[in-house]
Amino acid sequence: MSGTTTTARAAQRGSRPRISSLSARRVRALARAELTLLIRNRPALFVALLLPTVLTFSLKTTAEQADLSGTGLSVGTAVLPGAVGMVLLFAVYSNLVGVYVGRREELVLKRLRTGEAADGEILGAAALPSVTIGLLQSALLLAGGALLLDAGAPARPDLLLAGLVLGVVLMAVLAAASSAFTRTTELAQLTPMPLMLATFAGSGVFVPLEIYPDRIAEICRWLPMTPITDLLRGAWTEQLGGGETLRSLAVALAWTALGAYAVAKRFRWEPRR
Amino acid sequence: MDAIEVEGLKRRYAGPVRAGRRAGAAEGGFEAVRDISFSVREGEIFALLGTNGAGKTSTVEVLEGLARPSAGTVRVLGLDPFGERALVRPRTGVMLQEGGFPSELTVAETAAMWAGVTSDARPPGEALELVGLGGRTGVRVKQLSGGERRRLDLALALIGRPEVLFLDEPTTGMDPEGRRDTADLVRGLRAEGTTVLLTTHYLEEAEQLADRLAIMQAGRIVASGTPDQVVAQRPSRITFRLPAGVAPERLPLSVPAAADGRSVTVKTHELQPALTDLLLWARENGVALEGLQARSASLEEAFLEIAQAGNRPGHGDERAVMEVPA
Repeated sequence: MSGTTTTARAAQRGSRPRISSLSARRVRALARAELTLLIRNRPALFVALLLPTVLTFSLKTTAEQADLSGTGLSVGTAVLPGAVGMVLLFAVYSNLVGVYVGRREELVLKRLRTGEAADGEILGAAALPSVTIGLLQSALLLAGGALLLDAGAPARPDLLLAGLVLGVVLMAVLAAASSAFTRTTELAQLTPMPLMLATFAGSGVFVPLEIYPDRIAEICRWLPMTPITDLLRGAWTEQLGGGETLRSLAVALAWTALGAYAVAKRFRWEPRR
Repeated sequence: MDAIEVEGLKRRYAGPVRAGRRAGAAEGGFEAVRDISFSVREGEIFALLGTNGAGKTSTVEVLEGLARPSAGTVRVLGLDPFGERALVRPRTGVMLQEGGFPSELTVAETAAMWAGVTSDARPPGEALELVGLGGRTGVRVKQLSGGERRRLDLALALIGRPEVLFLDEPTTGMDPEGRRDTADLVRGLRAEGTTVLLTTHYLEEAEQLADRLAIMQAGRIVASGTPDQVVAQRPSRITFRLPAGVAPERLPLSVPAAADGRSVTVKTHELQPALTDLLLWARENGVALEGLQARSASLEEAFLEIAQAGNRPGHGDERAVMEVPA
């Protein structure tokens, strides 16, 4: 049985403080477990690590065949934002929908809530491995692309940074929100599809919006991921004006806030029974 | 101050259908807990019993702070477990009814994760040793047996040296040895001053472990007290078989009996006088009572009687009919 004595326990009880709302130690413990799980989940690892790179090559083929004259884009500036968009969608968004739904259905989220970790720590720590992989992979693709596609270094690194940071946060928040509408782990393959398809077609991943008619392009600018690819593209093309930059930031933040609201209202910590 | 205080607790689950929400219609959903009150003293083992669906887990989840009461108040260590989560959690340990750990992590990884989110945690290895999982640290959770999973869950509930421990069916799926170990462990915790609230299907477990208990039926507490008190409310039982040719009607009137063919069951709150009357009558009439047994009520009998009574519509009145001699 337990080795501690009654007096030792009493002393511990007296000095036990209120737990803080954010603890690096708790987040580290949870994120570490999550990283272990990701490494052991081969299909998820494949989607997160290889798919975006493979698809980037197909983006390159598409861009090389497209008529980019008059858009002010090169193959490099057409492909690179799309590549990052791909990483964000596969490594962060789609992957995290599966993570949140899987942990919920295994009752892991419910069990964690009986412990000391705060809700934000639980959700944030679960996202941390995917977010880190997403950022590292983006950095690698951008560096590789800058060299191989002659895009060079970004002229506006501030826009690049804003796009990346907003992108991973937005994807994580939307993943948590999507999981609320996903009843089973099987459906977690399906519920990310609408946003992914909309992003492929309408947010400048497969085709830059510059080649769309103005009116369609205008509608597409309000999609969740368009401001992210616009910011990233602007980092190289310098075609994003002050007003457009502000609008991109505002649209991205608005979607993030909307997602966070949906999470606060609808997120489910345990399976429906 | 009691370690756990429950006052007028109700818990209603929202119904999926809102169509029936016309004016005057009762609220939809399902009321799992219907106005219950009880308290658990510091250092006490308290068992919550009941059939499936009686409302045990719904009650415990409110105490664990996973859900807000629909009505009434609960206090754990004087605090609101839902609203004052950050204050309560470091002092409680929880074992849910099932699951709760990623199946692809090993036992050691799971314990390390849990220690990492717990202040003042025992070393993970020590917690695993406590429940006899010290030799299974490298095994993935999905490869554990049902009983081993319960042991792991128990180890993690204990890892923060909790003052109040909630155990929802801790021994379900365990083999007899595991159940005995767990009972010993829980007794050891009580000796150190830990307050334990447990639910269980094993009545002998509750009878042996619990200082006090409550039996729930359809969301209400229908019996409570020490195991002895709860059992004392139930009649003792004398059973025997009459020889052929001796009609049950010849039994002494002071012994109200129910007969099924030759088998007779006597239920009485006065076991000794009833048995004396019966034995004296048997001697005077030269009747041999085959298979004679006399025993006080057990918790199991008390429980089954309560559960059966609850399952019968308009219960109470019909029992007399059922006991009329055949």
